[in-house]
Amino acid sequence: MTPALSIRNLTKTYKNGLTALKDIDLDVQVGDFFALLGPNGAGKSTTIGIVSSLINKTGGKVFIFGKDIDTEFAQARAYLGLVPQEFNFNMFEPVLEIVVNQAGYYGIERRRAHAAAEDCLRRLGLWEKRNTAARELSGGMKRRLMIARALVHGPKLLILDEPTAGVDIETRRSMWQFLRTTNGNGTTIILTTHYLEEAESLCRNIAIIDGGRLIENTSMRRLLDTLHVETFIFYLRNSIQVPPVLPGHAIQQLDETTIEVSISKDKSLNKVFEDLSRQGIEVLSMKNKANRLEELFMRLVNNQTTPQPAVSALTRTA
Amino acid sequence: MNLHAQYIAFKTIVIKEFLRFTRIWIQTVLPPAITMVLYFIIFGNLIGSQIGDIHGFAYMQYIVPGLIMLGIIANSYANVVSSFFSAKFQRHIEEMLVSPTPNYIILLGFMSGGMIRGLTVGCMVFLISLLFTHLQVHNLFVTISVVVLTAMLFSLAGFINGVFAKSFDDISIVPTFVLTPLTYLGGIFYSIDMLSPFWRQVSMFNPILYMINAFRYGILGVSDINVLTSFAIIIGFIVALFTVGLRLLDKGVGIRT
Repeated sequence: MTPALSIRNLTKTYKNGLTALKDIDLDVQVGDFFALLGPNGAGKSTTIGIVSSLINKTGGKVFIFGKDIDTEFAQARAYLGLVPQEFNFNMFEPVLEIVVNQAGYYGIERRRAHAAAEDCLRRLGLWEKRNTAARELSGGMKRRLMIARALVHGPKLLILDEPTAGVDIETRRSMWQFLRTTNGNGTTIILTTHYLEEAESLCRNIAIIDGGRLIENTSMRRLLDTLHVETFIFYLRNSIQVPPVLPGHAIQQLDETTIEVSISKDKSLNKVFEDLSRQGIEVLSMKNKANRLEELFMRLVNNQTTPQPAVSALTRTA
Repeated sequence: MNLHAQYIAFKTIVIKEFLRFTRIWIQTVLPPAITMVLYFIIFGNLIGSQIGDIHGFAYMQYIVPGLIMLGIIANSYANVVSSFFSAKFQRHIEEMLVSPTPNYIILLGFMSGGMIRGLTVGCMVFLISLLFTHLQVHNLFVTISVVVLTAMLFSLAGFINGVFAKSFDDISIVPTFVLTPLTYLGGIFYSIDMLSPFWRQVSMFNPILYMINAFRYGILGVSDINVLTSFAIIIGFIVALFTVGLRLLDKGVGIRT
C-alpha cells in the first residue's frame, strides 16, 4: 500500500550554512498515529515545514499518498492538514471566517465550507465562539482553532506540531481524545510533541530525529521493550539514616523518607519489597521517576547506555 | 486543482481582502474622503477661483481627475502592501501556502483586493467632487479602463513591496518617498504645458503623469500626453510587475525559507 507520507534522502541546508536535515528517509503508513520526536533544533519542524511546502528543501523527495509535493503539489497538499507550532491565523478575523476561508483555499464552495466549518468547530467546542475575533480566544481555544482549520477540508494526513503546548491538563486530555477519534475515523496522524507521555499514550510508531538525522524509527512497543532498567521513587513510612542494601540494584537516598531505586526489567519488584521489608523498611507509595519514553529518548539522543533524567533533554537546544 | 476550485480560492481571497479593509473602514476609506474634501475646498474653491481656466476648464474641474487618480493609486498600493506584509508578519499567509491554491491565484487575489479598495475610494472621490463641480464623462471606455488598469498596476507594485518588506517601516518608505512625490508631480494640479521645457522633459519620465493624463482625457477630453502611449506604458508596467510578483511567489522570497 502507498504510504501516507514517504520521505527520501531529504536534506535541508539554510542560507546561513546550517544543515538542519541530513539524508532523512521516512515512511508513515496509512492510518498510523505516528510520533516524530527530537530535542529542540533537531529538525522536526524543518521536516514538517518541507512536507507542508512552507520550507524549500535542498534535496530529496517527499510524497504524500504517492503524490510528489514538487510535481503534483495540488493533489499532495489537498491530502494534508497542518497544525503548526506557532499561532498563524489573522488575530483580527472571527473564528468562523478563518475556518471557512481555509476551506475556500482548497476549492470548497462557501455553502459547503460553512457546513464543514460548523462541524469542525462544534466537534472542538468552538461553535459558541464562532463570531469572536481570534485574538480574544484563550491559548487552548487558539490551539483547537488551528486543529479545526486543519481539518475543515477533510485531510487524509494530519500533521500536528506540538498541538498541546501551553494548554491545561483538561484541555490536553480532551484534545487527545479528539485526536484518537480522528485517527480512528481513518485520518493518518503525525505528531510532534515535547510531552513524551502524550506520544507514548497516543502513538503506535515513532521516529526520533537528532542533529538532522533519523536515529530511531520503530514501533512504540518495540522501542519501549528495549528499556531494560526503570527507576522508581519509593516513599517510606519511617525515616532512615542510611540507604538500605539492595543487591543488584542502584539505590540513592533522596531524603530521610525517600529513596530512588533502579530496577532491571528482569528483576522482580516483589524481591525488592521483600529485601526492604527484611530491613524493617515499609514502602508507603511509589512512582516512576520519569516517563518510560523519556528515559529511552534521553538515552537515544545522548547516545548513552544508562538512563538519565529527562528534564534536560527536553529543553536542550542544538 | 481544477479551474472551478481555483475560482473558489480566488473568490475566497478577494472576499477576505474586501472584509479586511471594510472592517477597518475608519483607517482605510474615511481618511481619503476627508483629505479629498479638503483638497476640493482649498485648491478647488479658495485657490482655484484665483487661478482661472486650464485648457478651457475651471480649475476645480481640471484637478478632479488627478485627485481621483491620487486616491486610486495610494489606496490600491497601500491595501496590498499592508495586507500582504501583515499576512507575512502574523504568518497567516501560510494558510494559503499550505493549500493547493496556485501562486498566480494568490497574486490575482491580493491584486483584486487592492483594486477593489482603490476603485472604492476612486468612486467615493468622484461622488464627493460632484458636490463641488459639474463633470461629464468624455470617453467612458478610456475612463473606466484607465482607472481599472492603474488600480491593477499599483496593487501589483504594492504586492512586490510587501514581499520585500521586513518591517512596518519598509511598507511606508516607497509610498512616502517615491509614490507621493511622483503622484503630486504627475500633473494633478497643473498641466505640464505650464512648465519650462526642461521640467516638461523631466516630467515625461514620470509614469504617473501618463495615467493621470489618460484619465483626464477620459473625463474632460484633454490630455498633455497621447492616450495610446499612456495605455502602452500602463500595460507594459502591469505585465512586468505581474511577472516579477509571480516569480517572487514561486521562489518563496520572504515567505518560504
